[in-house]
Amino acid sequence: MLLRHTPKEISERSAVTINPAKTCQPIGAMYAALGIHGCLPHSHGSQGCCAYHRSALTRHYKEPVSASTSSFTEGSSVFGGQANLLQAINNIFTVYDPEIIAVHTTCLSETIGDDLNQIFDKAYKEGTVPKGKTLVGAPTPSYVGSHVTGFSNMVKAMADLAEPTGKKNGKVNVIPGWVEPSDMEEIKRLAKLVGADITLFPDTSGVLNGPLSGEYHMFPQGGVTVAELKGCGDAIGTLALGEWCSADAARLLDTKYKVPCRILDMPFGLKATDRFIDALRTISGTVVPEEVSYERGQLVDLISDMHQYFYHKKVALFGDPDQLIAMTEFLVSIDMCPVHLVTGTPGKRFEKRIKELTKDMPFEVNVRAKGDLFLLHQWIKNEPVDLLIGNTYGKYIARDEDIPFIRWGFPILDRQGHQYFPTVGYKGGLHFLEKVLNALLDRMDRDSAEEKFELVY
Amino acid sequence: MATAKKKLVQWEPTDVKKELLKKYPAKVARKRAKQILINEALENTTPEITANVRTIPGIITMRGCTYAGCKGVIMGPTRDIVNLVHGPIGCSFYAWLTRRNQTDAGVDGENYIPYCFSTDMQDSDIIFGGEKKLAAAIQEIYDIFHPKAITIFATCPVGLIGDDIHTVARNMKAQLGDCNVFAFSCEGYKGVSQSAGHHIANNQVFTHMVGENNDEKAGEYKINLLGEYNIGGDGFEIDRILRKCGITTISTFSGNSTYDQFASAHKADLSCVMCHRSINYVADMMETKFGIPWIKVNFIGAKSTIKSLRKIAEYFGDQKLIDRVEAVIAEEMPAVDAVCSDVLTRTAGKTAMLFVGGSRAHHYQDLFAEMGMKTISAGYEFAHRDDYEGRRVIPTLKVDADSRNIEELEIEADPERFKPRKTEAELKALEEKGFKFKEYDGIMPDMDPGALVIDDCNQYEAEKLVELMKPDIFCAGIKEKFSIQKLGVPMKQLHSYDSGGPYAGFKGAVNFYKEIDRLVNSKVWSYMKAPWQESPELSATYVWE
Repeated sequence: MLLRHTPKEISERSAVTINPAKTCQPIGAMYAALGIHGCLPHSHGSQGCCAYHRSALTRHYKEPVSASTSSFTEGSSVFGGQANLLQAINNIFTVYDPEIIAVHTTCLSETIGDDLNQIFDKAYKEGTVPKGKTLVGAPTPSYVGSHVTGFSNMVKAMADLAEPTGKKNGKVNVIPGWVEPSDMEEIKRLAKLVGADITLFPDTSGVLNGPLSGEYHMFPQGGVTVAELKGCGDAIGTLALGEWCSADAARLLDTKYKVPCRILDMPFGLKATDRFIDALRTISGTVVPEEVSYERGQLVDLISDMHQYFYHKKVALFGDPDQLIAMTEFLVSIDMCPVHLVTGTPGKRFEKRIKELTKDMPFEVNVRAKGDLFLLHQWIKNEPVDLLIGNTYGKYIARDEDIPFIRWGFPILDRQGHQYFPTVGYKGGLHFLEKVLNALLDRMDRDSAEEKFELVY
Repeated sequence: MATAKKKLVQWEPTDVKKELLKKYPAKVARKRAKQILINEALENTTPEITANVRTIPGIITMRGCTYAGCKGVIMGPTRDIVNLVHGPIGCSFYAWLTRRNQTDAGVDGENYIPYCFSTDMQDSDIIFGGEKKLAAAIQEIYDIFHPKAITIFATCPVGLIGDDIHTVARNMKAQLGDCNVFAFSCEGYKGVSQSAGHHIANNQVFTHMVGENNDEKAGEYKINLLGEYNIGGDGFEIDRILRKCGITTISTFSGNSTYDQFASAHKADLSCVMCHRSINYVADMMETKFGIPWIKVNFIGAKSTIKSLRKIAEYFGDQKLIDRVEAVIAEEMPAVDAVCSDVLTRTAGKTAMLFVGGSRAHHYQDLFAEMGMKTISAGYEFAHRDDYEGRRVIPTLKVDADSRNIEELEIEADPERFKPRKTEAELKALEEKGFKFKEYDGIMPDMDPGALVIDDCNQYEAEKLVELMKPDIFCAGIKEKFSIQKLGVPMKQLHSYDSGGPYAGFKGAVNFYKEIDRLVNSKVWSYMKAPWQESPELSATYVWE
């Protein structure tokens, strides 16, 4: 037993987090910034933060993740990090020549009180920012929220690069939230099918799922361009997918630049994808082609074909609020039963939303925002489940409790495919259900008695 | 865009160095010039390199922070101590199981390595202080787990807001009674790299654990293995060999270690230092306080393993041990030689670059040499000058503002427990035979003249080196792995070994030969271009009937 010290008896804890279901803000900001074309994310803090975030993202994607750091020393921690950041900006533009540097703060620079805007002003005045190049900054104090908050903060800063011309450009902003490059690619494909002209930001497709060709491009082909971001103030509307990851940016565009927005769930599964496609065609005034309805029908078909294997299977899930909400709706819609849900990210709304989504289920639901995997494991010990869904850290629970396990979320450190195969949309739904079926049926094949072992499912 | 196509056969090392520096702003170039050195064989000395200096802001470094060195490297592999990180969640999250320290939970079954503990500081803790939350967290851990020890790690904001973690630790230790509690002031901004964190960790381990258990330990030829972290099971293989030789490992700092190993370390009769950078000062302190002499060993490479085993046997000077060691070598080597001679036919003449750690960039050159591969450039991420030029430079090292903040413990001989392991005459006799105590000559004397030695090599320089010199393999860490491989050059992680290991000892050498053979001769490197990319012009067309 790997988690042999985890007791079944649950004792309330107020101070120690054990086996977290979240990490800190800056990595979210770094991931979002990688979705800007020609962007070097920069971590304004000590160099370990940047090293850790780059390592985690690299392990998840098996791709180069370039990012720089202000490399604070004890001196800069006392006197402030302005000198380090100014020097960094100069070095970055001289050596790496990105189009844009996306700076996020850390608990260190936030505690000191460094003001990014003031430092940026100084950099512009001193002429360290070459003409046509951009600096963007997001405050991401690690002691507030989670990696999701950091992602949201950087996306909001991206939206604030908008420079409205006063003339609408007919495009729709789609803010996908923290999904995989494959998901972003799929959203773009669907939008194209629907005939909606979208600006997707951030967009890590083509950045973190690149080819091996013997060439290294520090700034790959993919990503939303700075020009596109400037244009998002001229859009006819914004669709934000996910309250936690994307709503702040959409609301900023709404209030500051008068671009109306709708906040949707992430398009995981049938119903959420229906709402997304419907919103997309409404806002862009297009007709959904048969091809999309056909894909939808295929998903409905699979649900119907294999319903007996989904029906009333108990699931434990952990991850981030937007993802869990949409996934819970998906699972409930196929009559699976999410019974234990944990996110490390704070927010009572999460618990409320999950309770609503699961209110007609025949089982009690345990749900906790700002929870941890230690608690989730204890819940599972008390009320076993048929399936566990979450990031790679779930494998320790899955092994100890002998539960089929689907890796989904961030980070996935030990399997591949998330960067290539989507979960969003109808195709993504098919792909995800294939995984669910494989996990459940492999287990049935493993565990069934010889006389019950079957050829056909 | 960079490609690794051009092979720089005609380029002189001085030209390569010039190329590396060309793009830098003048100030950066001046600093980097002192950290990039062309190795020369000088009589009785080595060229002087600048090392252990600040990283340049904005230059994409390979380095991590002091916390990473303390929590991740040194304390990470300890299995029966609960390591509690006091700070926002990230620091603890990233150091959770990511270093591939293998662990055997042993008969007692205590193993906290799969767990991650954090006080998950919130803004209110930053504003009002986090001491109360820290004390409460320690209490909660004690109530659930009852561990032997709880250690506390400070992250950046803790130092800034002034939480007194050491007082909290002292109070909680007194309150709990049967649980040792102590803390590390290892804020990420201290020092210039992980190295400072190693020092902070080791100082506290020495102060709070070493010597706590005075029970006699059974076994013959008792040693401490210092600076071996059991990445990919290296420590298990070394343990296997030592056990087979009849040598007793009292403690390993800190791979697969237990509280009791640290507590009993003063019962050993010899300290063997693997990673010089992260722990040489502990070996010195052991000698000063308890009279345990130390030697440098290296179990990376079959020949180095043999040398190290013989050195240990020679120290104890017992014929029984000397014979046993020779018998083990004779038993183990045929399997090693068989694989080596096979692999050699495919690896000989190939070239390697190594930028890693504080010792591995040196140790692994031995393994590459056994495969007939030449190291054309190497350097450390966080080492000091003595790791490059040898311990003789230690007295001349300047203490700068960054290293001044890292505490140096004042150690004196323990009034009761100091016991010289050898008499003056015995030591002299050994030294006259050429036996060397506390000696390490560094990486440079072992490298070819003209090889490039680069301290704190960064992403830009690594990419440039690969582009210009096209090595057959590049070794560094996870952050560097895929930018190098995009260039079509295989990259082996030597921090956490990607997926393989062990690479130490005899079985490890075999694993490494096979792994490098697999990497440098993989078919995948020939798939970079599609047929239509290799010859885009249509020279003929098929006629379909």
